[in-house]
Amino acid sequence: MTEIERHAVDVVVIGAGGAGLRAAIEARARGMRTAVVCKSLFGKAHTVMAEGGIAAAMGNVNPHDNWQVHFRDTMRGGKFLNNWRMAELHAQEAPDRVWELETYGALFDRTEDGRISQRNFGGHEYPRLAHVGDRTGLELIRSLQQQVVALQQADFREFGDYEAGLRVFAECTVTDVLLDGGRVAGAFGYWRESGRFVLFEAPAVVLATGGIGKSFKVTSNSWEYTGDGHALALRSGARLINMEFVQFHPTGMVWPPSVKGILVTESVRGDGGVLRNAEGRRFMFDYIPEVFKEKYADNEAEADRWYTDPDHNRRPPELLPRDEVARAINAEVKAGRGSPHGGVFLDVSSRLPAAEIIRRLPSMHHQFRELADVDITREPMEVGPTCHYVMGGVEVDPDTAGSRVPGLFAAGEVAGGMHGSNRLGGNSLSDLLVFGRRAGLGAAAYVTSLGQDKPVVAMADVDQARQRALAPFGGSPADGPPENPYTLHVELQQVMNDLVGIIRRSDEMELAVKKLDELKRRARNVVVEGHRQYNPGWHLALDLGNMLLVSECVARAALERTESRGGHTRDDFPQMDPEWRRALLACELARGPAGAEAEVRVSRHVQPPLRPDLLALFDLAELQKYFLDDELTDHPRWQLRERA
Amino acid sequence: MGYQAHFRVWRGDADAGELRDYQVEVNEGEVVLDVIHRLQATQCPDLAVRWNCKAGKCGSCSAEINGRPRLMCMTRMSVFTEDETVTVTPMRSFPVVRDLVTDVSYNYEKAREIPSFRPPAGLAPGEYRMRQVDVNRSQEFRKCIECFLCQNTCHVIRDHDDNKLSFSGPRYLMRIAELEMHPLDSHGDTGGDRRELAQAEHGLGFCNITKCCTEVCPEHIKITDNALIPLKERVVDRRYDPLFGLFRRRGDRT
Repeated sequence: MTEIERHAVDVVVIGAGGAGLRAAIEARARGMRTAVVCKSLFGKAHTVMAEGGIAAAMGNVNPHDNWQVHFRDTMRGGKFLNNWRMAELHAQEAPDRVWELETYGALFDRTEDGRISQRNFGGHEYPRLAHVGDRTGLELIRSLQQQVVALQQADFREFGDYEAGLRVFAECTVTDVLLDGGRVAGAFGYWRESGRFVLFEAPAVVLATGGIGKSFKVTSNSWEYTGDGHALALRSGARLINMEFVQFHPTGMVWPPSVKGILVTESVRGDGGVLRNAEGRRFMFDYIPEVFKEKYADNEAEADRWYTDPDHNRRPPELLPRDEVARAINAEVKAGRGSPHGGVFLDVSSRLPAAEIIRRLPSMHHQFRELADVDITREPMEVGPTCHYVMGGVEVDPDTAGSRVPGLFAAGEVAGGMHGSNRLGGNSLSDLLVFGRRAGLGAAAYVTSLGQDKPVVAMADVDQARQRALAPFGGSPADGPPENPYTLHVELQQVMNDLVGIIRRSDEMELAVKKLDELKRRARNVVVEGHRQYNPGWHLALDLGNMLLVSECVARAALERTESRGGHTRDDFPQMDPEWRRALLACELARGPAGAEAEVRVSRHVQPPLRPDLLALFDLAELQKYFLDDELTDHPRWQLRERA
Repeated sequence: MGYQAHFRVWRGDADAGELRDYQVEVNEGEVVLDVIHRLQATQCPDLAVRWNCKAGKCGSCSAEINGRPRLMCMTRMSVFTEDETVTVTPMRSFPVVRDLVTDVSYNYEKAREIPSFRPPAGLAPGEYRMRQVDVNRSQEFRKCIECFLCQNTCHVIRDHDDNKLSFSGPRYLMRIAELEMHPLDSHGDTGGDRRELAQAEHGLGFCNITKCCTEVCPEHIKITDNALIPLKERVVDRRYDPLFGLFRRRGDRT
């Protein structure tokens, strides 16, 4: 076989968004030679799209805030399906991770007394989101990027080489994780620019590849979100959990068609914006679910007072968790009370002075003016749900971010469990930092523990990976006409949008599984034109396989869960079912009979029970809405309840 | 609603290339990037283009549209008449990789040569206190999405490739200004001087404030007025202050 470019390192981080860069910074700090591999240019990752802020209970604006309150909000938002240990670590460590960004040079908006300002957001009891206007994700990615550069400069001073300890491989795509006896041995990929292959020999791989949104037609996600890490994990033998839970952000742009799905930040509502239907009614008051009735205002007067006096009034229902708001908008449009382009109205123009809107929401002002000819200081926006985030992902150990495959770690959106059935806004950026750091630590500890016993890449596996990557150039396929990757992608997006979207039904999902099977078959006949140098058709052909695999997980898991919870809403099973609260659905690739392709299998597992001291953070009455009685016997009030 | 537009797109690589003509459908509300994507999906699947967010936030899809440096995702088709030819070419100041994709590594190299933010001694994480009015200036510069359109348009390097060695371009001079104006940067406390560095190492003197960078900035950052001119003034203050001159020779900082 021909020679291949090789790099021997300790840790390979796949993805250069918030989680990947934070993992790389930590691994490097622990003395690991680290490679960051990313599909885009350095600093362009999807994290830049995050607008609202980073949730961290610093208590700068409301001193009542603390990690326990944040933990409670996170568990409520996820309808108690969250992995409690992840939610606990997240709430405890988020403030340190935010303050650390300031030591990298980040400049957050300030409070009067010079601390980091914090804003309100859906599902968060207190103002909790550290932010920079509505471009917080950009600040986060830039701060981490600049810290990577700072570490490289330190290496340059010491070794005369910027890349001695930490190197970024930009515009490079990993197509295979390579194993040795079930342990990670390396990763195989290609340079997008030249199409040449590259081999990383490394005992630890951190997946930080983000989400899967490009499998859906209406999405706020960029082209990179093709589920690469999810698919790499499956094919390496790891399990994915909670794949049925996909978050549809309630407010995406709906017009013009070419920008349909682009995000409109939740901060619009956090800063006072309200949702109205075609009749001008603030319809969210009609959609407050029973479990949230005590926390949300049932009239406009109280809701409006909350912005200035949050201690004595309940929150406006526009700030319910995202799944609730998305379903409500969906229902209003279905009932014929939608806006002209099939959304609802989001109005901030009648709520804040124009100058204040421009100061607080500059990107939104810019985005609507440039892309939709709408001046949000004078007129309402039209918005509707858009596929935004996948709660499901690689099953990991909460403390180390390690998967069940030795040497394979995952952090950020590609990891599952932290957000349960629905993620709160602002909890993503903090998740990236908390678990990115932990994955870096986990990978470093694992590599150290190996000593001299390092797994070795088998050249036969490299050859196989190369053949797999080159298959789309193979000429005419054996069984059927040649397929165009762009066409298949569009069809896949339509299937997921129509049949496994925001509202689901068993017959539609069964049809989706069938259609996905057919698409999988056709995808084997994909043929690409041109050569390997910067060829987007080829890149898509390879990403398509990942999208199909991950979409199948979503569809099969969704079919299995016969209840509605968070980012999984079923027309045929509209209620939340406590039996299902303690059930986790896990997807894995199972080898079929010899010669057959591996297939996705879904299995049901028991959720680890909540630790008693965490259970005690909630009122018993609230827990009884979600849990079965036998799960609550450790609650300190349980005995009293029985006596009463 | 829809119409057939005439597009001319540069196709080629580092060795050779040409403008090619395409007839392509355009629908209401679309931007140039939508049309480029339609070309990819229907006529030339191997057309190379960089893009990510399609919302003007990541700064990936920079190109020159009818000769003007712009983000393709933020250029509405409605700014052109239906019979107007739309010509899309790669950024001219950087080497072409393929089609609309250029090699922008120059920028990353310059970024690495600027001393990073240095945290203040004696302040633990969480103890930083800064007033909003004091962070406003640097925050404006941190809006930068690194689309490199300002770098591309700056005449110091646009027509003089050899200047790249000694000139870091508006984006990175602005980065120095950002750090210089950061309320808690302590680079100076340890003997560093960002003003001197801007002048001596990064070519601030090349800039003759024609404001081309400001004009093309999709984030509307006032690069020249708020970053480059104040930085120049600070350099001048230093250089012509006789007292400071004394200190400077001793390697101190006032």
